[in-house]
Amino acid sequence: MVLLYEHTRLLQSTHHSGVHAGFSPDSCMVTPVNGQHGTRVVPVLCRYLILLLAVVFWQPTYSWAQSYDTINVSNPFLHKTPVAVTEFKALTGKQAEKDIGENARQILNEGLVFTGYLKLVNPDAFLANPAQTGIQLGQVNFRDWTGIGAELLITGGVETEPGQVKLKLRLFDTFNTKLLKGKIYTGPPDQIRRMIHLFCAEVSYALTGKWGVFNSKLCFVSVVNGNKEIFISDFDGHNPRQVTHHKSISLSPAWSSDGQWLAYVSYARGKPDIYIKHLAENRGTVINREGMNISPVWMPGQQKLAAALSFSGNQQIYLLTRNGEIIKKVTNSWGINVSPRFSPDGKKIAFVSNRSGTPQIYIKDLGTGETGRVTFQGRYNTSPAWSPDGKKMAYVGIEKNKIDIYVINLDSGPGMPVQLTRDQKDNEDPSWSPDGNLIVFTSNREANTPALYVMTAAGTDQRRLMHMKGRQTQPGWSGPMVHAD
Amino acid sequence: MNKKLWINVVMAVFVAGLFLTASCAKKTVVSDASTIEDQAGAEAAAQAAAEAEAQRKAEAERIRQQELEAQKTSEQALEQARQQAAKIRFLHKNIHFAFDSSELSSEAKDLLKQKAQWLKQNPNVSVTIQGHCDERGTIEYNLALGERRANAVENYLQDLGIGAFRLDTVSYGEERPLDPGQTEAAYAKNRRAQFVLK
Repeated sequence: MVLLYEHTRLLQSTHHSGVHAGFSPDSCMVTPVNGQHGTRVVPVLCRYLILLLAVVFWQPTYSWAQSYDTINVSNPFLHKTPVAVTEFKALTGKQAEKDIGENARQILNEGLVFTGYLKLVNPDAFLANPAQTGIQLGQVNFRDWTGIGAELLITGGVETEPGQVKLKLRLFDTFNTKLLKGKIYTGPPDQIRRMIHLFCAEVSYALTGKWGVFNSKLCFVSVVNGNKEIFISDFDGHNPRQVTHHKSISLSPAWSSDGQWLAYVSYARGKPDIYIKHLAENRGTVINREGMNISPVWMPGQQKLAAALSFSGNQQIYLLTRNGEIIKKVTNSWGINVSPRFSPDGKKIAFVSNRSGTPQIYIKDLGTGETGRVTFQGRYNTSPAWSPDGKKMAYVGIEKNKIDIYVINLDSGPGMPVQLTRDQKDNEDPSWSPDGNLIVFTSNREANTPALYVMTAAGTDQRRLMHMKGRQTQPGWSGPMVHAD
Repeated sequence: MNKKLWINVVMAVFVAGLFLTASCAKKTVVSDASTIEDQAGAEAAAQAAAEAEAQRKAEAERIRQQELEAQKTSEQALEQARQQAAKIRFLHKNIHFAFDSSELSSEAKDLLKQKAQWLKQNPNVSVTIQGHCDERGTIEYNLALGERRANAVENYLQDLGIGAFRLDTVSYGEERPLDPGQTEAAYAKNRRAQFVLK
C-alpha cells in the first residue's frame, strides 16, 4: 500500500515537471515489472536498520584530552553495501541501444555511489553477463553474484523507437534471490538522466525507506564577472542555472519547502535586503527595512520565514510572512542575533548569537519561549544546520584559526561535537541532504578557491561536487521536490 | 695815529670788498638769463623725473600687486592642497578593529576626533560609514559584525556633535576586502570602518 502511494507521488512529480525536467504525461509510463515491487527483503533492510540504530544510539566515550571525536567506525558509510551493475541489454540489438545503455549505466553508477552507502562491484570480477543471458528474474543466476560479494544486482535493458527511449531496470537482492524493484521508463533521449535518477530514488526507497537525494536540488552563490549571483542546480551539481542578474552582491539563498520559492539577500539597492522570488513565475517581494535584512530561511511546510533584521537598532530575529510583514519577534537579547534555522518540525529555531561574548549557537523553542545554548566548545561557532530527523546539528567552528564543520547530537543532552572536516583548509556552510545521509558544504581546499563539496553525514567520502567558473559558496539543499524546477 | 691807520686799512678792505661785490653783482645780472633758461630745463627734467617716478611706482605697485596675487594664489593653492590632503586623510584613514569586535580602540577614537573636526570644517558634507570584516568566520555573522562596527563609529561621531542626518551606515561583512591576502596583516587591514562621501 505504501509503495503504491509512493508510486503515485513519483508519477505526479513527473507530471508537474513539465517543460524543464520531465516527460510529458503521455510519454511517462512507470510500471512495475513482474508485479513484485512490493516485496521487502529482510536481511538488507535489517542490516541497514541496525547500522542506523548504531549511529543513533552510539554513545561516544571521550577522554577530556581529546576535544573532538574522529569518525564513527560503525556507520553505514564505512560499510557500504556492494552493488553490481551489469551491462545494459540492447533489447532489439541496435547499436544506438548499446550506446544509450552505456551512457545510462554510467549515470546510474554515479547516482548509486553518490548516496554514500552503496559501492560498485568491479565489473572485471563479474562471472556472468545478463546482457546476453537475460536480465529478468529466472534468467539471473544469483550465485554468480553472491559469489563475488555483490549483495545487490541491477540489470538494465534499452529499447529505442524514433524519438523515444525505453529503459527497463531491475534491482535484485542476490542473497534472497528476490526482485526488489522493477521499473520501465519511457521518454525522449534527453531525459535519460532524469529517468535513471527516478530509478535511483526507487533503489533508495527500497533500501532505506527514503526517496533520497534524487528528487532534490541545490541553490548556491557563484561569482559572475566579479558579482555574486544566485544559482540552482540538480542535487549532484549538474545543470547549473543562474537565477539572479542583479550584478551586485547576492547571498544566502534558501529554498522554500515546496521548492517553488527562493529567499536570498542582495545589495541590488545598495544595502542588504531580502528578496523573495518565485522561481517559475515573475513575482516576489523585497524586504528592505532600514538597516540590514539578512539570513532568510523558510519555515518547513509554511509560506513563512525567519530572518535577521536590524531596523530597531539591534540585530534581532523575526518571524515573517512571505510578504515581509512581521508576525513575531523571536530574539530579544543584546548583540548579534543571526542565521535562524528551523527545526524540521518547525517548532524551534536555532540561531547564532554573541550574547555570551563570542558567537555561539542557541535554540529557541517557539512554543515555550525557552532558549538553550547548543555549543560550548570553542570561541566561534556559527552556521547551524539541523539534520532532517531533527536529532543532530551540523555547524561551523573555528579552532586554532582553522575553520571546520562539526556535528553535535541534540537528543542526548549537550553532547560532544564530532569534527567532520580536518586539515583541508577552510570548510563552511553545511547543509543536509533531504534524506540526512549527505552534507553539502563550501571548501577552499583546491587552489585556495571556494567550491562546493559533498560528504556523508559521518564525514566520509568528501569530494568535489562540480567544476564551474567563479567561486561557489553558501550551498542550500532543497527538500525532496514534488515540483521539479 | 695808529687808530687812523687801522681805519684806512679797514676802509681799503671795504672798498676792495665793494669792488668785488660790484663785479659779482654784474656777473649775477649776466647769469640771470641763463638761470631762467636752466629753470625751464629743470622743470622739464623734474616733470620727466616725476613721470618716471610715477611710472616706476606704478610698475612697483603692479609688481607688488602681482606678487600679492601670486602669493594669494599660492596661499589658496596651499590651502586647497591642505584641504585636499585633509579630505584624503579623512577618506583613506580607516578605523580598525580587533577580531570579532566592534569596540573602538583609543587609536580609533583619536582618529575619529580628527574626522569629526574635518566634518565640522566641511559642514555640507554627508558620509556613509561602511563596516567591513576579515574573511574568517561566516558570511552572515560578518554582515552583522560589520554593521555593529559601522554603528559604533556613527554613534561616536554623533557624540562628538556630528548631526545624525549627515551620517549613514552600511555593512559589507567580508564581501569587500581591501587586501585579498590570507595573512594576519591583511586581515587586520580588512577589519575596518571606511568613510565614503555621499
